[in-house]
Amino acid sequence: MTDAVDAFVAGFIVLSAVVGVVTYVTLLERKFAARMQSRIGPYRVGPHGLLQPIADALKLLMKEDIVPRLADRVVYNLAPIVFLIPGMLIFATIPFAPGLGVADLNIGILFFLAVSAMEIVGLFMAGWGSNNKYALLSAMRAVNQIISYDLPFIFTALVPVLLAGSLRLSDIATAQAGLWFVFYPVIGQLAFAAFIITTLAAENRVPFDILEAESELVAGFRVEYSGMKFALIQLGEYAHMVGTSFLGALLFLGAWAGPGPAWLGPVWFLLKAMGVFLLVTWVRWSFVRIRVDQILAISWKLLLPLSLLLLMATALVVVLRSGPGV
Amino acid sequence: MDPEARKVIEMGYGGAERLTMNMGPQHPSAHGVFRAILTLQGETVVGMDAVIGYLHRCHEKLGETLTYTQYPSIASKTDYVAAMSSELAYVRAAELLGKIEVPKRAQYLRVLVGELQRIASHCVWLGTWCMDMGGALGGGATVFLYCIREREMVLDLFEALVGARLLYGFHQVGGTRYDLPAGWVQTCRETVDFIDRRIGEWEDMLEDNDFFLARARGVGVISRELAQEIGISGPLIRASGVNYDIRRAEPYSSYEDFDFKVPVETAGDCYARYRVRMVEFRESSKIVRQVLDGLPAGPISSRPGVKSVGQVRIPKGEAYARVEGPRGEVGCYLVADGSAKPYRMKWRGASFSNLAVLPHIIPGHKVADVVAIMGSVDPVFGEVDR
Repeated sequence: MTDAVDAFVAGFIVLSAVVGVVTYVTLLERKFAARMQSRIGPYRVGPHGLLQPIADALKLLMKEDIVPRLADRVVYNLAPIVFLIPGMLIFATIPFAPGLGVADLNIGILFFLAVSAMEIVGLFMAGWGSNNKYALLSAMRAVNQIISYDLPFIFTALVPVLLAGSLRLSDIATAQAGLWFVFYPVIGQLAFAAFIITTLAAENRVPFDILEAESELVAGFRVEYSGMKFALIQLGEYAHMVGTSFLGALLFLGAWAGPGPAWLGPVWFLLKAMGVFLLVTWVRWSFVRIRVDQILAISWKLLLPLSLLLLMATALVVVLRSGPGV
Repeated sequence: MDPEARKVIEMGYGGAERLTMNMGPQHPSAHGVFRAILTLQGETVVGMDAVIGYLHRCHEKLGETLTYTQYPSIASKTDYVAAMSSELAYVRAAELLGKIEVPKRAQYLRVLVGELQRIASHCVWLGTWCMDMGGALGGGATVFLYCIREREMVLDLFEALVGARLLYGFHQVGGTRYDLPAGWVQTCRETVDFIDRRIGEWEDMLEDNDFFLARARGVGVISRELAQEIGISGPLIRASGVNYDIRRAEPYSSYEDFDFKVPVETAGDCYARYRVRMVEFRESSKIVRQVLDGLPAGPISSRPGVKSVGQVRIPKGEAYARVEGPRGEVGCYLVADGSAKPYRMKWRGASFSNLAVLPHIIPGHKVADVVAIMGSVDPVFGEVDR
């Protein structure tokens, strides 16, 4: 009984923290993009625009909720929730410090990857249920892209697993106490680069944001959504982004390792995750979007074989390192 | 669930059927109000119908009701991104008809503003084209904001010159309406030098970027034959291997005094059009410098300043004048009946003729290429619909 209560309380705290962080990540991105484009960014609401995310949320809350007349109502209304839940669930397995997390599963990374791939269901539901041609095309593209990019994404995420010898996320973090995996000779850098590229695709960011593609598909799968449903979709998307950034920081950047006392661990972890997030954002605001056929070609012809090779090379290194007879 | 909805979903979205999709008139990449009815097979466009006319403002009829003194500032509103060139086309037609001399200084000033306008207009083209390819939430928006920042400096120059930033009314029959204010020449030199440096930065950002090249190379190829058959002009026809520039072919307003290159590319794809315009940026600043160096002294108009709207009277006859605008040949055809107003007026909009090439080159491309190709054609719908 107390276990259940503990889990509930932990989950509540993590969820609230996630919503808070995600809300402010939007401000971070807007400010960062603004600096890149020699603008100032949000500045009016609160000092330096610090209250902007709250104003945005309030605005979306008060917007009229429109359901297209010919939409598939059940699917349409359910989609934002189905889309949001995986984005929130992925935080369940992330240990924010030794022993500080909701559930440190022994198959943590598998859970993370499986749940994060679930977002495609909500996405497709949104595209299909809207009964809009832009949304439908976007949903088709989403299925293509996520199937293509989840494989290399999983393979690159498995490289640290092999190096650490465990599927448990906290074990992977502690295995980097001596050397962060990003500094692991050759393999680490290649895997990190591949991870960033596949992250861009998994998070639907430019140059791989063909789902949203607002210059051709207006807003893609979310074109018909307004008000709070739109907010839920945005929240789910950014939660997924932040979750993947945390995963990147955990797999390659040593998670909570950093100078200072142990209680600074979560702070370091957050900073590293934001570093990964800003790296992805930097790419986003400097590239143009590529076409759907080019995206698929990059994945199947380049990333997938390379990530497989990398995985096998890592396995070889691990076997050689542990010596004969093991 | 509504049975009607079920029927629509099942009929429209099944199997390998074709899907008809409206792009526009309200669309982020419509460059105004352009409606493209696309027939899609999966992601591939198999047919395209172009619908124009959403921005029609009866410009040609309006021209009959306004005097030769009044209309030049309205001519600005046809191609509002390059207002200076449409004004010039109109006043040149009137001058040809009335055999009105234009003083050398006024001719040089017309070249000066025309080339500055070309820089400003190409800035808008590059920014919006990159935004079409890169999205308002990506690198495209970054290029867009850089371009708009530099265009702003040219608009500041125009503001200092005529007091307006978009629609100028700078030209008048017989010359120009304003002379350069004090200090303007120095500011103009600095601006042009600065923009020249920035063009290099944009080229670095785009041409070293494989994703940009993947989107631009080999996309939307216009063959030399097609280009000539459709009658496209400006950077488009020069990117298809035809060395045709009215500034060279039929020099007006003393263009023969200046030394400049006419860039020609042979590939005919989006990248070739991009290259042509990037070279034109630099050639325009070269011309601007030459004008500033060789600006002759003297009057800016062969006629007195504007005192009443009906003071310019043009003898009976007809004339066609054309100028090389940033988007191609801008022509104005006037029929005069001896009064203070033209009897008939007809515009030849560069964007209108260029746009006609779209249904020939878009089928076979992906949906994403539609906006890239349209952006590379650089239509301004004020000029298409007039």
